[in-house]
Amino acid sequence: MDWIVPLILTVITASTPLLLAATGELITEKSGVLNLGVEGMMLVGAISGFAVTVSSGSAILGILAAIVAGMLMSLIFAFLTLTLMANQVATGLALTIFGVGFSALVGSGFVGFPLDPLPSLSIPVISTIPVIGPILFSQDFLVYASIAIVIATGWFLTRTRAGLILKAVGDSHDSAHAIGYRVIRIRYMATLFGGAMSGLGGAYLSLSYTPMWAENMTAGRGWIALALVVFATWRPGRLLAGAYMFGCISVLQLHAQSAGVNVPSQFMSMLPYLATVIVLVIISSDYTKIRLNAPACIGKAFRPAQ
Amino acid sequence: MKSRIFKRTAAALATVGAMALGMGAAQADDPLKVGFVYVGPVGDFGYSYQHDQGRKAVDEKFGNKVKTTYVENVAEGADAERVIRQLAQTGNDLIFTTSFGFMNPTIKVAKQFPDVKFEHATGFKRAENSATYAARFYEGRYVAGVIAGKMTKSNTIGYVGSFPIPEVVRGINSFMLGAWSVNPDVKVKIVWVNSWYDPGKEGDAAKALIDQGADIMVQHTDSPAPLQVAENRGVLGFGQASDMIKFAPKAQLSAIVDRWDDYYIERVQAVMDGTWKADDTWGGIKADMVHMAPFTNMPDDVKALAEETEAKIASGEIHPFAGPIYDQAGELRVKDGENADDGMLLGMDWYIKGIDAELPK
Repeated sequence: MDWIVPLILTVITASTPLLLAATGELITEKSGVLNLGVEGMMLVGAISGFAVTVSSGSAILGILAAIVAGMLMSLIFAFLTLTLMANQVATGLALTIFGVGFSALVGSGFVGFPLDPLPSLSIPVISTIPVIGPILFSQDFLVYASIAIVIATGWFLTRTRAGLILKAVGDSHDSAHAIGYRVIRIRYMATLFGGAMSGLGGAYLSLSYTPMWAENMTAGRGWIALALVVFATWRPGRLLAGAYMFGCISVLQLHAQSAGVNVPSQFMSMLPYLATVIVLVIISSDYTKIRLNAPACIGKAFRPAQ
Repeated sequence: MKSRIFKRTAAALATVGAMALGMGAAQADDPLKVGFVYVGPVGDFGYSYQHDQGRKAVDEKFGNKVKTTYVENVAEGADAERVIRQLAQTGNDLIFTTSFGFMNPTIKVAKQFPDVKFEHATGFKRAENSATYAARFYEGRYVAGVIAGKMTKSNTIGYVGSFPIPEVVRGINSFMLGAWSVNPDVKVKIVWVNSWYDPGKEGDAAKALIDQGADIMVQHTDSPAPLQVAENRGVLGFGQASDMIKFAPKAQLSAIVDRWDDYYIERVQAVMDGTWKADDTWGGIKADMVHMAPFTNMPDDVKALAEETEAKIASGEIHPFAGPIYDQAGELRVKDGENADDGMLLGMDWYIKGIDAELPK
């Protein structure tokens, strides 16, 4: 059984960046905005976090920089789609392409710099409890933050007035506008939150998961985060489960190979994506269920009547 | 630190600017124009990065007698043909295309531009004005295997593979032949990540291997992530393509470094002298195209053995694939007293006997 603890530790680190980015996108989508630029925002967050940490020596500053960089990226998106009413799908794709190129340009001077990973917050005494100690009480603080944020998100959406307003805006922007809510402003804020979380997810990659900068280092995790939001049918609890299930499958397949289990490695690499598709099909087959959670106005531009 | 980073960024921007200017200002005092086509970003700190180091060595050596240009992130296929033709049209005299998938586009463009000289890396098609070149990385992997065989305590090697193609399979075989030459009890666990480049996944693969008892990490993928994991978990490992000691000062035993500097300089010189021929070069440790990074984190006797192995491969006294070599099915592939020929090495799609894993098809 000694293999199980390190396995779980690896699963936690593999799941955290997905969870961070997906939580942000969930809020963005709940407000009725579909931002497909997660991958690009994560990359810009990753290089900003890395560059600032290397230059200043402070990981806290680096993480703040990543959050700000992610927000700036999403601000571009929000301005184009919410103020100028550009198509959200096309703009989101463009944002990803821009993020890939921009992060590579900024990052060209930072290739090959080593960096120590974020320190883990070992809580004295209880972190030495076997099994539970290393898993629950000696992670770095971004891991704790990711779980805390997803729980806070669930609470926010169901238990607060602001959360209900956000959902109202996402479900029917015309009605929300008619009651007097400022649809565009609320959507700006939700989009900025999405950008901040994507930036944070990117920073987790470049500061903790694999502490280095390398071009395109997200390697598609932004797209997985997007899929996760749909997979979770826009519910934070399911998002948490989904992110960890995804991390678990992708890590388990590596362990299985290493243990000599004879399954084609190409199939194993495909498995997480396959699982997402299967669960999507199962969930979507129950039409009423998905309708209850899906923001009805997602991707639609809001033009306030004069 | 800050100013150094600023300088690097400024230099990078200057390069981009210079490239843009270079396109317009052709034929100024007739320097020899040399073009490079890379499959990845020069910032990968791996394969394309090393080719670009070679280009910079050419710049440094010849100064204003040459003018080098590079195009990075070129997709293999139709896009490559466009890029190569563009380089030929803008007056480059010598063009290096550095990835296997550039082979057919290179040959096609070479036929259209008989006055331009082409060199294609890792392929097998040549033309009157198109040469091929590659490096015998498996020689370096044999040396790494010898070191690993001496250094492992758990007798378990963790190997992160990219794709099961001959280049990678040859590397695994060569590594294990080296390891078994000093320690017949060594076992290897192989994890395929089906990617050349995904730092997160490479790192996770390394963690999985270490969790299952591997105490030496070897990789045939391009990012420093597996070695970085080795450093954090307190085991040993080898760098890939570049010297990655900065990422693993306590873990890196050595690195198998791609070193194109001398080859590129030699070929540029040959064009200047008019002695260039469209031939085939497959150089290894002897030609210094495969270069072992300093041997670190090991006792002196292992270091001495590694140096000796390296020297013997260079002199030809050791051939990594010296017979008898059996494959997993027990079939004799290389007879006693013979060495595997280049044809067999280039097409190697079988594991040698003793590797306890199945090759994905």
